[in-house]
Amino acid sequence: MANELPITAIAVPTKGAAGRTGLWRIERPVIDQSKCVKCLLCWLYCPEGAIVRREDGGVEIDYEYCKGCGICANECPAKAVTMVEEEGVG
Amino acid sequence: MVRPARVATVVTVRELPVEEYWLPGHSACPGCPAALGLRILGKALGGRFVLVVPAGCTTVIQGIYPRTPSRVPLLNIAFAASASAASGLRAALELRGLDLPVVVWAGDGGTVDIGLQALSGAAERNEDILYICYDNEAYQNTGIQRSGSTPLGAWTTTTPSGKRERRKDAALIVAAHKVPYVATASVAYPLDFVEKVRKAASVRGFKYIHLHAPCPTGWRFPPSKMVEVGRLAVETGAWILYEVEDGVLRLTGRSRALLDPSKRKPLEDYLRLQGRFAHLLRPENRGMLEQLKKSVEEAWETVKKILERGGRIF
Amino acid sequence: MARAVLSGNEAVAVGVKLARVQVVAAYPITPQTTIVEKIAEYVDRGELKARFMAVESEHSAMAACIGAAAGGARVFTATSSQGLLYMSEMVFWAAGARLPIVMAVANRAVAPPWSIWCDHNDALSQRDAGWIQLWAESAQEAMDMVIQAYRVAEDERVLLPVMVNLDGFLLSHAYEPVDVPEQSLVGRFLPEKTPAPYWIDPSEPRSYGTIAAPDTYMEFRYKLQVSMGNAARAIEEADEEWGKLTGRRYGGLVERYRCDDAEIGVILAGSWAGDAKEAADLLRRKGLRVGVIRLRATRPFPADELAEAVEGMDAVAVVDRAFSPGLPSGVLAAEVKAALYDRARRPFVKGFVAGLGGRDVTPLDFATIVELTLRSFKEGRGATEWYGLRGWRPW
Repeated sequence: MANELPITAIAVPTKGAAGRTGLWRIERPVIDQSKCVKCLLCWLYCPEGAIVRREDGGVEIDYEYCKGCGICANECPAKAVTMVEEEGVG
Repeated sequence: MVRPARVATVVTVRELPVEEYWLPGHSACPGCPAALGLRILGKALGGRFVLVVPAGCTTVIQGIYPRTPSRVPLLNIAFAASASAASGLRAALELRGLDLPVVVWAGDGGTVDIGLQALSGAAERNEDILYICYDNEAYQNTGIQRSGSTPLGAWTTTTPSGKRERRKDAALIVAAHKVPYVATASVAYPLDFVEKVRKAASVRGFKYIHLHAPCPTGWRFPPSKMVEVGRLAVETGAWILYEVEDGVLRLTGRSRALLDPSKRKPLEDYLRLQGRFAHLLRPENRGMLEQLKKSVEEAWETVKKILERGGRIF
Repeated sequence: MARAVLSGNEAVAVGVKLARVQVVAAYPITPQTTIVEKIAEYVDRGELKARFMAVESEHSAMAACIGAAAGGARVFTATSSQGLLYMSEMVFWAAGARLPIVMAVANRAVAPPWSIWCDHNDALSQRDAGWIQLWAESAQEAMDMVIQAYRVAEDERVLLPVMVNLDGFLLSHAYEPVDVPEQSLVGRFLPEKTPAPYWIDPSEPRSYGTIAAPDTYMEFRYKLQVSMGNAARAIEEADEEWGKLTGRRYGGLVERYRCDDAEIGVILAGSWAGDAKEAADLLRRKGLRVGVIRLRATRPFPADELAEAVEGMDAVAVVDRAFSPGLPSGVLAAEVKAALYDRARRPFVKGFVAGLGGRDVTPLDFATIVELTLRSFKEGRGATEWYGLRGWRPW
């Protein structure tokens, strides 16, 4: 195995460097697209980069990596994001 | 020395690059301000820069070999060494004809405590680097121990009944080195941060940005409140947004309107959201609370006096 | 080829200039200072096209070298004693990061008590850092060694930093005639830019020096050990090739002086080998067949070369200019014994600790040491003795 390693710890950029961090969630953000005003503040404030911009100017959650921190729900000026308890929890 | 004209950009959310330069699925706590800061930094510079990262939260946020979330080259380095490693790295890149900004991304511990010597040396030599300190106000990575940047009165694991000492003012310490650009910023005001990063990157010589980073894990509040806590820090005056260009200070963003103390929200609005200040709001700790309020007022008095003499820091 | 009278330090500076180093980050400490002062002059006069960084501490000096080497530059620093100890964390870092940094150490005793004078405890305290450690005997060798150091460090089989040791004051400040080669000759030995592959590359972004979990850390460290083995070959090859270009060959990992028929040997590192060689000549005139084995490298430790060199010898004295408190042997004595332990035939090994803090050790002292070794051999007493301790007699 030593032969396959680079000369020192040299890491390659990857999504999910810590694995499927969506599995960390206790609750998930759900966007009511009818209320969304496409201000992009949730996208701006997401520490994970787990909110993805769509072609139509709106946003959607990347649940593979979203950790459920709830900042998007807290910041949304249109109250379009609700935190919903994940299945299998509690 | 002829400097390029300072670009006064007004940034909007929409025009920020869509690309992520700090990829999702990294190792940070939910709601981490350092992770948010890194995302915004990447967008500010369009992914054209190199990072130097000393020991701290960001070391661990990268995850474990062989994976990393960073889409820019990143040099991990020992705790005390970021400013000097960055100095050497910049020299080498210049010699190779690679005009790539070298950005230190260091925590408060690695900046005001163990990293202070190297920071001061690099500032004195006016090394052409951008040093960003993400300040979560304690040694969060090792489990919430106090640093020289922990505010008066805050609980940490090594100040269980609240820190007795005032914090160091890193931005003013760096400004005393008479470097071209010093600023404070906050992850709660990302567009202000972007403007400052871009302005700094357009300048030759030593640049410093002190970035407020409210840490849910260490400050004891729910992750969903991270940006709100950061906003309240500014709105109560506990954190002041300013920049110093060639020794002249001006307030920026939300802080511009807060020179008048009556315009600031009561400090309690900021403190009561945080578990680390819960004891301060009890009657028996009134004295420490008053001291903290006084230190906030004194910081504003300092800014006021500076502005009264045309913004000249010294 | 020009002939100049240079101090050991000045010779190192000339070596740095001929190696076309690009970044020098250093902090002053006696007796290294004149190395860096000379380099500052070269840079100031445009004789060396390098960025000279007068950093604010030795820790920062090594950190800056690490940053610059990671960025693809050929780098250099120098220090001594306390400075080396202060940068120790970064010394270990440089080796683990596999960066081809070259550092000159003007060997000086460690405090307290304060001492500016020569001994080897500074460099030997770093023997576990992963650096190649070489030791010069003369100003000429110091210059040659710096140039060879880059060649060895940047070898893709090696990619390890190299420490060039020269005795503080005894060599650093001693003036000797030195043949200075032309830049063009050095250019045939060492390419202008470092060919080392470890560069920060924006087109292929990577994170360097990340966390390695227990499942990979050991393998990364093992690779370092393998490269140390390769370094032994690279050191010999560099010495061989430099010998062809300049006529100066030093023997590779180990210099053997009058060892072929020797019945007793003196093993040591550093400039006092010259005094040991004089003692060897003196004793040979009295009929005792003495040889001197000068370790040019202590890391990688030249076990095989040492075993070969001591063949035929009944006894060897290992003279250490350092000690490890609590270790019964001197530092090199312990390593020599370990290297020879598994050999079918091995000589009697007697250790001596001498010359600490710059205490003078003369050819007559070395002659005495040889005689003490002979006596110990006959009496079967191999314990290390501290030579020349005031108020103490060997027995």
